[in-house]
Amino acid sequence: MATYSTNEFKSGMKVLLDGDPCTILENEFVKPGKGQAFNRVKFRNLKSGRVWERTMKSGESIEAADVMDLDMEYLYTDGEFWHFMRTDGSFEQIAATEAAVGEAHQWLKEQDVCQVTLWNEDPIAVAPPTFVELEVTDTDPGLKGDTASGGTKPATLSTGATIKGVPLFVNIGDVLKIDTRTGEYVSRAR
Amino acid sequence: MPTWQPSADHAALLARAQMFSAIRDFFAERNVLEVHVPLLASHTVTDPDVESIAVPGYGFLQTSPEYYLKRLLAHGLPGCYQLAPAFRHDEQGRLHNPEFYLLEWYQLGYDAKRLMSEVAALCDLILGPAEYQQVQYAQLVPDLNAPRDELDLAFALACESLKPGRFFIVDYPAEQAALARLNPQDPSVADRFELVVDGVELANGYYELTDPDEHRRRFEQDNQIRKARGLEPRQLDETFLAALHAGLPDCAGVALGVDRLLMHKLGAKSLDAVITFRPG
Repeated sequence: MATYSTNEFKSGMKVLLDGDPCTILENEFVKPGKGQAFNRVKFRNLKSGRVWERTMKSGESIEAADVMDLDMEYLYTDGEFWHFMRTDGSFEQIAATEAAVGEAHQWLKEQDVCQVTLWNEDPIAVAPPTFVELEVTDTDPGLKGDTASGGTKPATLSTGATIKGVPLFVNIGDVLKIDTRTGEYVSRAR
Repeated sequence: MPTWQPSADHAALLARAQMFSAIRDFFAERNVLEVHVPLLASHTVTDPDVESIAVPGYGFLQTSPEYYLKRLLAHGLPGCYQLAPAFRHDEQGRLHNPEFYLLEWYQLGYDAKRLMSEVAALCDLILGPAEYQQVQYAQLVPDLNAPRDELDLAFALACESLKPGRFFIVDYPAEQAALARLNPQDPSVADRFELVVDGVELANGYYELTDPDEHRRRFEQDNQIRKARGLEPRQLDETFLAALHAGLPDCAGVALGVDRLLMHKLGAKSLDAVITFRPG
């Protein structure tokens, strides 16, 4: 099994900590001039998303995690699993559980390319595209001509997501550009 | 495209040049002689917590000019200093770079207390005047009898919490004397000090040990620890031990990391802001 020593740690490296796959966020070298060296390491648990901080002795090793991020096209959900297909032409498909898809489910639109994190070839996390374009399925009627006033309202999108802060001129059937990092309205797509 | 630009900006480089010049003036006024000793030498330190960079066919890049400067003192040179790079293997981070500038100086007839006030005077010159508080090593760790690795970690974290302000840590346990004398009144502590400014260690100084037999004993003990940790033991530097036999005058010495000193002056968070380039 591959291992990484603290002096090889780099942000983005995938390791196993307490049995969970984690990515290294920060690695700070701590050393008094005449004393042993330590590394203060911040990890993000890839399953829970939580951030862990550990102080390790320099030179200590931890196991590498077989984790990779793959671009995959979202196909459909059967209610239990979310199905994705590789974009490398192999047409290989995988099914992700609700736990793996997490919050991303509200931004998933068929044929959009997402980043799927695989651990030992199982999907453990899904990151939607930063910007998605989704159709409005429900909102209060638009106010004609009101393209300038600052008022906003909520809107429900085709994926079931509800977003706040939509301008009053938006109508059912409009397609909106959404920033999935914040869940906020960016613009009308057309 | 790889980043080719320097990591320090123009203003930082100007401040750096001015600081080096101010340091040299500080010592010129005090009649402390600037010297240049080899940075690449056949021997290196035995310290189990300091790893040297080996240069095949030549020896080691020096982790400090200590032995050479003491050889100069043993030969009759008065107080002297070197302002030059020092090298340490595997030290890389916000506050560490394998190559860094070390200001190391020795004053004949000084003890730790007198040297501390000179260190404070230099810091006041570069950073502006401030108060200095003294803290005993034992006040910083919960249990002096804890195993060494736990002690080192507790100490490192305690040093980071010494902020804001300037602190001299004194009364190191005898086991951590390095090359300092033991305190004649209380041999359980060493006449060693460190300067911590805003949570960052800047300098380490000793009322210097002069006894050659005690040196040899400590070097051999270091090598025992190195072996126990799976590190290669170091050949003792017999030229240094011979100089001690000839007689090192009563003196105190200190080494100060000038890159970090500049970081404090500029309020920088990382060495990147004060060194031209970070290799790698």
